[in-house]
Amino acid sequence: MAKCKGIAMLVLLAPATLAWAGSGKLQETAGVTQIEGSSGGGLVPWATLAGYDSREETSASVFATRVSTDDYRLHSWGGAFSWHDRIELSATHQTFDLTATAFEISQNVLGAKVRVYGDVIYSRWPQVSVGAQYKELLDTTLAEAVGAKDFDNGTDFYLAATKAHLGALFGYNLVWDLTLRGTKANQFGLLGFGGDQNDSYEIMGEGSLAILFSRSLALGVEYRQKPDNLGFAEEEDAADIFVAYIPNKQFNLTVAWVDLGSIAGSDKQTGPYVSLTGYLW
Amino acid sequence: MKIISSLLLGTLLTLAGCQSLNSSATLYDELGGMPVIEKITDNFINEISFDQQIAAHFRETKIDRFREKLIEQLCNVSDGPCKYTGDSMLDVHQKMNITEGEFNRTVDLLINAMNQAGVAHRTQNKLIARLAPMRPDIIYH
Ligand code: HEM
Repeated sequence: MAKCKGIAMLVLLAPATLAWAGSGKLQETAGVTQIEGSSGGGLVPWATLAGYDSREETSASVFATRVSTDDYRLHSWGGAFSWHDRIELSATHQTFDLTATAFEISQNVLGAKVRVYGDVIYSRWPQVSVGAQYKELLDTTLAEAVGAKDFDNGTDFYLAATKAHLGALFGYNLVWDLTLRGTKANQFGLLGFGGDQNDSYEIMGEGSLAILFSRSLALGVEYRQKPDNLGFAEEEDAADIFVAYIPNKQFNLTVAWVDLGSIAGSDKQTGPYVSLTGYLW
Repeated sequence: MKIISSLLLGTLLTLAGCQSLNSSATLYDELGGMPVIEKITDNFINEISFDQQIAAHFRETKIDRFREKLIEQLCNVSDGPCKYTGDSMLDVHQKMNITEGEFNRTVDLLINAMNQAGVAHRTQNKLIARLAPMRPDIIYH
């Protein structure tokens, strides 16, 4: 928690307006930060880039997220940099605790994303980006024990399309995202990559749908398909329903209820999700 | 997931209910007609005048003409009883080299202007949606 407080302080001290600093996008259109540190919803990476930078600007942000299910707790924190609304780089540290024991797994995720087409609001077709998330597992004991084929590292690749429709739903703005992810990760990579049931890349579908009820409040749902590579326990898809509060271009707060399905033999892992993103410039 | 989908469905149905009450009116009526469009325009000009970066583009503009043409245009795009008699968006914004960031900033100023004129959030979105397609004629020329 000390880490999270540090981040919150940084956010409050953030410089307000600089010419090259990101403020050139409409509020809410930078998305929030998803669990692996990329700009997106809560679970799903979107085609949006992390920050309010337009084509002449840059921006930097930090985030902290906590998910508490019945038997596990996942912390995720890190930072992202976005250049000219074109390239996003992110670094994230995740820790995963088994609440009943003192067992902890941690993982680093390095992300890169490039916008290849469009503007989430203004282009005729959706904004499209391609991205990668390189995941390095720091504690491999559990991944080895459950039979992961690769327990050091793995990389996810994704293609995301995101579009905002102005006033489309009875005057409310509507945002949707569809993401295809090529992955071998077991439980986001925390249980290694590949397994006895399957050890090749599979394409997983992910999606988000959000209604923007005001300039600062969004309500949405998400779905994220996950592979099921390990024979020792079933892995299920994840879903969430979220409310994002985006009072300004400096920070946003997302509260969600997530369903991560069955994890390592413990069924019905649901619980609250809280995430804070702050934009330094 | 059942709870989630029924929540979402419930929300949609409620929204649909609100909508059917005023679906026949034009956006112009929904905005509040000419008095509100004039108020938006005056607020907008005021907002621009306080924004150094955007105001710089208007240094040599005849504001009376700009006001008149913008009122006509807002009235026209919202299906009001006006004809737009100004120049084309491409001609007007030619050689200004307006950036994407400046465009989005100007939209923020327009939102401020609409807030001050008491325009409802959903109505604001509809007006912005009508202006959005003009963007390619306005930026980077
Ligand atoms: C969708 C957005 C916009 C719309 C609908 C719009 C509309 C208009 C209209 C109707 C006029 C008057 C045309 C005439 O006199 O015949 C005008 C003029 C002007 N606009 Fe825009 N505009 C938009 C965006 C912008 C932006 C982003 C800038 C700069 C940051 C800008 C700068 C100007 C300037 C400087 C003039 C005055 C030109 C002159 O002095 O002759 N406009 N605009």
